[in-house]
Amino acid sequence: MKDTEIKRLLSAHIVCVFSIILTTVVPPLFLENFSVLGTHLIWLCICSICVTTVNIILYIILKPNPSSKRISFAHKVTKFLKCCVFFFISCILFHGIIVLYGAPLIESVLETFLFAVLLSTFTTLHCLCMLGPNIQAWIRVFSKNGAMSIWDNSLQITTMCSIVGAWLGAFPIPLDWDRPWQIWPISCSLGATFGYVAGLIIAPLWIYWNRKQLTYKSR
Amino acid sequence: MRLRSGVFAAGCLLVQALGVGLFLRGFFPLPVRSLPRREPRGVPPAEPPPPGPGVTSNWTKIPSPLFKKVVIVLIDALRDDFVFGSKGKQFMPYTTQLVEKGTCCSFIAEAKPPTVTMPRIKALMTGSIPGFIDVIMNLNSPTLLEDNLIWQAKTAGKRIIFYGDDTWVKLFPKHFVEYDGTTSFFVSDYTEVDDNVTRHLDSVLKREDWDILILHYLGLDHIGHLTGPNSPLVGPKLYEMDNILKKIHTSLLSKEGESSLPNLLIVCGDHGMSETGSHGGSSEEEVHTPLLFISSAFEKRSGPLKQPELVQQTDLAATLAIGLGLPISRNSVGNIILSVIEGKTMREQLRFLHLNGFQLSRLLQENMPTYEKDPGFEHFKIAEKSHGNWIKLYLEGNNSEVLLNLGKKVLKQYLEALKILSSSLSKQVAQYDIYSMTVGTVIVLEVLLLLLLSMPKALSSRAEFEVPLSPPLFSLLFYLMCLMLCAVHVIVCTSAENLCYFCSISWLMAVGVMMLISALTCVILSAFGKMLENPKLPAKNPAVSNSSWSELDVLILAGTVGHAVSLGASSFIEEEHQTWYFLINTLCLALCQEICRHYFLVKECDLHLSTAVKQNFDDIEETTQCRNVDIPSCDSKLGKVTSSGQLLKGSEKWMGLASPWIILICCRLLRSLNQTGVQWAHRPDFGHWLTSSEHKAVLSLLAAISLVMIFILVQRRCSLVSKIAMALGLLGVYSYRAAIGNVVFPWQQDSKDISKGIIEARFVYVFVLGIIFTGTKDLLKSQVISADCKTKSIGLWEVYSGLVLLAALIFRPHNLPVLVFCLLIQMIMTRCIWKPLKFDAAQITIMHYWFGQAFFYFQGNSNSIASVDISAGFVGLNNYVEIPAIFLTGFATYAGPLLWAIHLLCYLSSEVSRNSAAIGHGCFCYALICSVPVTVYIILVTGLRYHLFIWSVFSPKLLYEGMHVFITAAVCMFFTAMDQNQSQKIHD
Repeated sequence: MKDTEIKRLLSAHIVCVFSIILTTVVPPLFLENFSVLGTHLIWLCICSICVTTVNIILYIILKPNPSSKRISFAHKVTKFLKCCVFFFISCILFHGIIVLYGAPLIESVLETFLFAVLLSTFTTLHCLCMLGPNIQAWIRVFSKNGAMSIWDNSLQITTMCSIVGAWLGAFPIPLDWDRPWQIWPISCSLGATFGYVAGLIIAPLWIYWNRKQLTYKSR
Repeated sequence: MRLRSGVFAAGCLLVQALGVGLFLRGFFPLPVRSLPRREPRGVPPAEPPPPGPGVTSNWTKIPSPLFKKVVIVLIDALRDDFVFGSKGKQFMPYTTQLVEKGTCCSFIAEAKPPTVTMPRIKALMTGSIPGFIDVIMNLNSPTLLEDNLIWQAKTAGKRIIFYGDDTWVKLFPKHFVEYDGTTSFFVSDYTEVDDNVTRHLDSVLKREDWDILILHYLGLDHIGHLTGPNSPLVGPKLYEMDNILKKIHTSLLSKEGESSLPNLLIVCGDHGMSETGSHGGSSEEEVHTPLLFISSAFEKRSGPLKQPELVQQTDLAATLAIGLGLPISRNSVGNIILSVIEGKTMREQLRFLHLNGFQLSRLLQENMPTYEKDPGFEHFKIAEKSHGNWIKLYLEGNNSEVLLNLGKKVLKQYLEALKILSSSLSKQVAQYDIYSMTVGTVIVLEVLLLLLLSMPKALSSRAEFEVPLSPPLFSLLFYLMCLMLCAVHVIVCTSAENLCYFCSISWLMAVGVMMLISALTCVILSAFGKMLENPKLPAKNPAVSNSSWSELDVLILAGTVGHAVSLGASSFIEEEHQTWYFLINTLCLALCQEICRHYFLVKECDLHLSTAVKQNFDDIEETTQCRNVDIPSCDSKLGKVTSSGQLLKGSEKWMGLASPWIILICCRLLRSLNQTGVQWAHRPDFGHWLTSSEHKAVLSLLAAISLVMIFILVQRRCSLVSKIAMALGLLGVYSYRAAIGNVVFPWQQDSKDISKGIIEARFVYVFVLGIIFTGTKDLLKSQVISADCKTKSIGLWEVYSGLVLLAALIFRPHNLPVLVFCLLIQMIMTRCIWKPLKFDAAQITIMHYWFGQAFFYFQGNSNSIASVDISAGFVGLNNYVEIPAIFLTGFATYAGPLLWAIHLLCYLSSEVSRNSAAIGHGCFCYALICSVPVTVYIILVTGLRYHLFIWSVFSPKLLYEGMHVFITAAVCMFFTAMDQNQSQKIHD
């Protein structure tokens, strides 16, 4: 049972990785003068939207945490609205943290906010799909030894990797190399993306490697 | 020998300070370049002999002067755009007209860093490039013993008059027939310093009994330090200078009719001014200065105005020597500026260039063993040969086109040769004393290794370290190593060609250092052996064993290592503040996570317990163990799941959750107060907005609020007497700032009478000393009578508050919020983060160190010399007194790290009840965390010593790091002294 689940996880992650690769390859066919570095803001939008749709579709297809009882339609709508509010709050929160880290407060607000949206897509959206707007579950998953399924484990790993990637992406900014990718927020968003992709690839492998040690408590 | 870890760490740091000192001495050698000037110099070279027999040149003497009287007007911090830019057009109409249409040669002279006054004067007058160490000597200028223009002029019988900055008088004592020095230390005075120079001008210009007049105006530099290059004060000052230049120029012109030779007026700046108004670094604004030669000897300019040519500042000395008919100083690396001698005949021009080339190649011969292979020297030899041919043609009376063309060719060859010669000589300036550097590096490295090896034991609960001293001291290895090192020493010192500092110290001390090195090696080896013998020991320690590393530990380790590694890149050194801001931000977020875990998971435990499921209990205990939370405290919490105290706990919890965010916001605000570094230093910041003259009222309000906040935050743990003293002292601080005109009292509308505020500042000093004295008295009391712990903590806090008061006095008023936020963050951290989370002493020490480093940059410091605020050294002093000035400047610069270190001591000594070895651990960690970057940096700098930015970026940072080690050593000594009486008490 576990092996099939790992396979499902792996396939889902591979779809995600491909969607990100496609965002860099496909748009130049439709848009003129498009490049990831040159028109970075457009790429940020495209990437966020793409990852969002892929995640939602995957969630609908795979249903990683199937719930036993039927849920009414109204309940679903409120859940969806809650998710939207959560996502928006997380964008604002990320924006705040980035400004606290030293991003300019007034200049280039749009850049900072789109970067925050990208980070939220990589982290919060993923969590919202898996766990729903349920704070208790979030606290459980992100505390030590709180994972209850391989999906939780993969969630931990990808979130961690995206944030660490964004963190590491800030390092080249002070260097005086005058490269196009040193402009705010390109290095950070690229760092986050690479981190996310790395997390997507690492998670199934790590889980497969440690499948003997991983024992999950029942709820 | 058994040592407590505090004592051990302090000892290690002292040895390390010795090593750093030795390294610095080797890295910044005193310039020993050419023979002293008293030695008889060779006869001046004749013109190169024409080939073939028969004809000989009759020009063997130094050529006669080109100018009769020379006036040098040196305007301190005159930037190139003040003359050539829009400001010049607006405020210096006469000079602009001269530059555009008059008889004037204008250049942009490039100064070499360090752009500080004294090295620049040396460069202007000797033509050499002074070593970096001259910056440190800047405040205490000794006599210039090198061959220089002033000395040459004096020996040639020229009468020199000097008015202006008294650095000149110190550099050239007894050289001037008449002088009046003004001191440059009252930065806030910018009118009187210049009036003191100008008042002599009228009488001097009327007289005939002088040949060279030097005027050094300081006012512009002072304005720059006060308010920056864009201040409204700059315009009138430039206008004043323009009038002075007009007066001098007309007077010189009027005299010219009587004499045969023309007069010369030179206008120059010693260095520029950065966008913030300071100088010392190597930005374009700081190194580009105007250089004008104004004389009727030059042709009137016709045609469109070109961009002034770029020359080196050192070129002035050679040009002026030729202009005055003096020999070029020996150490000069400058080239003659061709435009100045362009009006002369071809024979004279070639003669001048030959003299210059001869002097440069002589200097090259003295400094480079393989000078013959140098391309500049080869070029010069070729040029000399064709010069000889030219002379032959000339003496034969050939006057055709051929002669002219050949002359032009020779001229070009000479210029090429001179350029290459001076560039290869400039490279020679960086000569390192590798032997002393190596010895210093070895000592520093060994100390770091010893500290690292002793870490598991020194951080254990006993906080003691067994230094294996006796077995290695009697081992064969020790003696063999001593012998070998001494042999190496003898070999190196006898074979070294250039002077080496470590060879010049007495042999007893050298042997002592050698023994120290070998002893350290043996101790390290035996400590290492011991560690291998019982490898289980380190695993017992929770801080080292791999299993229980929290995210915070990982972050601390990664931050320390990452910062040390980042020192290898010049951009990361320039922008080091970004590294620290980034690290403390991440630290705050990690703390936030830690707090969330603490509060939320404990709550979960409570819930579990209330359901009273027995089997869950082991589970919870497991999780709590993993979280490093003390089990008894957790148990007690689990035990009383009652509603009483729930409310209190709730508010505490929310405070705890909010506190990292408050700290983050504080840091973000501080960050926008002072922009430092290089890349983004020009960005507008809040500090500059405050210091501009139109926002004086806001600044006054902010300063007043800050002082009140400081009082509120500091007084809570003081005794009544020091509370009152503190209040009076802070009032004194405000009245001092009002007296020197930085802030205003509400009832005082226009402040015209600006004094030096001596009385007010001394009034505050009395209270600072009083508070520190009471604190020390309490400390001594607690030590001698071994009173309770409370006396001691009050004493420590009083010492701390005395230092806070001192910092409030010498900080610029716009920096007072830094002090407030420093106190605020310390209070929040103590109350809301460290108390509930119960970190161990090592973690707390490292966090304190990080915050201290960040505050170093929040204050507006950077890794360039320019940002040191020298004016702090003159608070409350009538004139320059060396020791207090150095102490005050040092304290003002390192106030952030020092205040955090003392606060750490206060905190740890209050923690003693929980962990008796806290201070020892703290001291050890502080020493270790400071010695890691120093050691790494010293090794990196040794590797990068031929890097392009070594003088502009790496050297200033090295000085900062060296200073930091000395200060940390002092802090660790204080820690150890505090630890001493603690341990005594325990033994009692």
